[in-house]
Amino acid sequence: MTAARPELSGLEVGQEIGRRTIAVERGTLVRYAGAGGDFNPIHYNDVVARGVGLPGVIAHGMFTMGAAIELVADWAGDPGAILEYGVRFTRPVPVPNPGAARIEVTGVIGALDPDAGTVRIDLAVEFEGAKVLGKAQAVVRLR
Amino acid sequence: MPINVEFAGREYPPQAAYEVSREKIREFAVAVGATHPAHTDPSAAQALGYPDVIATPTFAVLVAQRAEAQLIEDPAAGIDFSRVVHAEERFVHHRPIHAGDRLVTVLHVDSVVERAGLAMVTTRAEIADDAGTPVATVISTLAVRGVDE
Repeated sequence: MTAARPELSGLEVGQEIGRRTIAVERGTLVRYAGAGGDFNPIHYNDVVARGVGLPGVIAHGMFTMGAAIELVADWAGDPGAILEYGVRFTRPVPVPNPGAARIEVTGVIGALDPDAGTVRIDLAVEFEGAKVLGKAQAVVRLR
Repeated sequence: MPINVEFAGREYPPQAAYEVSREKIREFAVAVGATHPAHTDPSAAQALGYPDVIATPTFAVLVAQRAEAQLIEDPAAGIDFSRVVHAEERFVHHRPIHAGDRLVTVLHVDSVVERAGLAMVTTRAEIADDAGTPVATVISTLAVRGVDE
């Protein structure tokens, strides 16, 4: 499996690199809690979550951050080409039971730096039309 | 107890090394929905020039969290974890983390700022391999709500 790797010379600022939907179920959060070592009960216990003023169980911000960058990793063809990645956590993502929350991710070329051989990807990460990650940007090295 | 602004500028001594395994890389990759074979198949990672399977872009949070616990769990810092919200996270990769890495982290408290009943605590975890070569920098900002008056 070798996908074609994007080349800097063929890219323009504003160009979309792709979009995807991330379906998040309660089981997704249990798996992330174990893998990510984050056992805060607001990510699995509705009573605790409501007790601190949330509508119910919410996704780990770090889950959303980690899942959203996969669009960029797959586009780049090399996950190790992601040099920088930062986000602000702007809104929680409530996860229903049963069912799934659907997070929409869109990536756009934000800037090109031919001297450095890098491109900045700006991610729009939304749930029910509202931004859940702010200033979500990744710097990717291209060949 | 209020947050201790005097913790700004503090640096913690390096912790015991975090040993990165193929299985933890795989487990984390599955948990965030990463499907690139470089996370699970050593030959796919080697074809991209890496010595072994590489971690996903946010894997370093596992390593950084251990270091951040030194601050968060220090009673003198005055951070009530039940009042903490994760505000920002940023990774700078000096090279990808790969299986077999032994990662040593030094935690810096870059700033502690109080404003309008909210304390913003920014830490920087400098992660290096056992030869001391920088691997990743993880910058995390926590917002801590003050006690309601």
